[in-house]
Amino acid sequence: MKIALRMKRKINRSWQVDILLFLLLGGFGAFMAVPLIYVINNAFKPLDELFIFPPTLFVRNPTFENFSDLFQVMKNSWVPFSRYIFNTVFITAAGTFGHIILASAAAYPLAKHKFRGHKVLFTVIVLSLMFSPHVTAIPNYMIMSTLGWLDSYQAIIIPAFAYPLGLYLMKQFMEQIPDALLEAAKMDGASEYRIFIQVVMPLVKPAWLTLLILMMQMLWGTDGGSFIYSEQLKTMHYAMGQIVQGGIARAGVGAAVAVIMMTVPIVTFVLSQSNVIQTMASSGMKD
Amino acid sequence: MQKTEMVNKTGSRPKRTPAGMPGKWELFVRDMKRDKHLYVLLSPYMLLFLLFTVFPVIISIFFSFTNFNMLEFPQWVGWENYSKLLWNDDVFLIGLKNTIIFSVVTGPISYIACFVFAWLINELNPKVRAFMTLIFFAPSISGNVFFIWQIIFSGDSYGIMNGFLMKTGILYEPILWLQDPKYMLAIIMLVQLWLSLGTSFLAFIAGLQTVDRTLYEAGAIDGVQNRWQELWYITLPSMRPQLMFGAVIQITASLAVAEVATALAGFPSVQYGAHTIVTHLMDYGTIRFEMGYASAIATVLFGLMLGSNLLVQKLLKRVGE
Repeated sequence: MKIALRMKRKINRSWQVDILLFLLLGGFGAFMAVPLIYVINNAFKPLDELFIFPPTLFVRNPTFENFSDLFQVMKNSWVPFSRYIFNTVFITAAGTFGHIILASAAAYPLAKHKFRGHKVLFTVIVLSLMFSPHVTAIPNYMIMSTLGWLDSYQAIIIPAFAYPLGLYLMKQFMEQIPDALLEAAKMDGASEYRIFIQVVMPLVKPAWLTLLILMMQMLWGTDGGSFIYSEQLKTMHYAMGQIVQGGIARAGVGAAVAVIMMTVPIVTFVLSQSNVIQTMASSGMKD
Repeated sequence: MQKTEMVNKTGSRPKRTPAGMPGKWELFVRDMKRDKHLYVLLSPYMLLFLLFTVFPVIISIFFSFTNFNMLEFPQWVGWENYSKLLWNDDVFLIGLKNTIIFSVVTGPISYIACFVFAWLINELNPKVRAFMTLIFFAPSISGNVFFIWQIIFSGDSYGIMNGFLMKTGILYEPILWLQDPKYMLAIIMLVQLWLSLGTSFLAFIAGLQTVDRTLYEAGAIDGVQNRWQELWYITLPSMRPQLMFGAVIQITASLAVAEVATALAGFPSVQYGAHTIVTHLMDYGTIRFEMGYASAIATVLFGLMLGSNLLVQKLLKRVGE
């Protein structure tokens, strides 16, 4: 056993530094995990445990009270909690679906063809990764107001279709598709549209999942910002903010919402991790 | 398909210029016709991208030279908004100062953390690697669960931090962590760092897995003696494309800090201790509706983000050269 371990030892590694570095990794891993563990435990704490001094990290007598309270409390409010869940799910699903289709369609020509303007278009996409959406928030508000889209789902969904990071990653990933494959399809008489739908799209499934994760990161946590002001169109994140504002008395219910909110993206990531990493391998910027 | 293309090419053959070569315009039209399918595929995305990203930047720059409140017609005021920002708006200068302190600290630290943790995780066996990746990536994808830090740093003795410090006897009475400008910025930095192992972290993990293994063996033969030399001479240069991509993501995020600041320290924060350029922008844009002035703030932010990104890209191109 010992020999086998030694055989596996990689070149240029000393065990002293190994231990030091992995202690470092464990320490920071705990820093990352503890707040999430705490929130999950809080969600299952009965009321008396939430107010113990000093506060405890782990739950002793787990209960589902907070979750039933959540639906109870929110049922009596003007907008039921299920409506906030629906809004978040709908915005995320529609935004992600549209983004994957549109970004893939645009990525294919940029990755696999040289046409007039391809360099300019891609440069503009890369430049747009270099500033955050805050820069365009004010003019976008004016555009939404001109289009009459304020206070509607599409004010969040439609701009998400044209999010630059997704197109960038999709294009970088598509570049790996061998040209010979596309040439062969062309020889068989396939049009560009058919090549895109029947050859390219099935090959870039890992990238779809990556775009799904990215969009989830962006849309699942959206609070509607300044674009949505009707209560019945607001999202789960907004509802969570309202509950947390309720202060210490709502700490358990707030944690229950947080657990509901974090479960979906985390499970999605667990299921798609290897595909996402595969896509990210081609994310590099080549000058 | 081939046939129709041939017909198209000959059928629409442009008139020759005297020299016998097709003119620029004819070439342009011919190329457009040949590639029309590609433009059809591109157009839905590009139209939306132009409408919601490119066009807004342009109108933002335009409105930054005007006085505009969304009701009256915009009034051209030249550089007035900018001079007001720099000379007469102390709160903006506080926001600018906080943003710069913030990004100078969290930008490089988060970037290095993304790389170091990816590099350490890469040494683990695949199953542990997948688990640790999840642990480090989870906060950034958990959708706004960062509010939990509000409870950890809560100002009363129910806050975890106060409770812990009081139990161990370091403190005798609770500290108002998020109301005291002394601690505010540091706590927001901590939370932002907690959230910062996102897209670039994944890109680095992926990048490390694509480094050619034989390079390490060759390096060992050529006299690379330890992991640090390996890192500097082999790993970093092979990962330059991912490093450049990661830099863009981290720089943009570190200059855009706002959501965490307003969620934890409130808006406006006590003595503007957590005020940033973006919160200043939101103040004028979505509360006061001084769109001209807000556009000037947005334009400054745009310049700052683009400028620092392009500068860092230039520097990173030199890594390993």
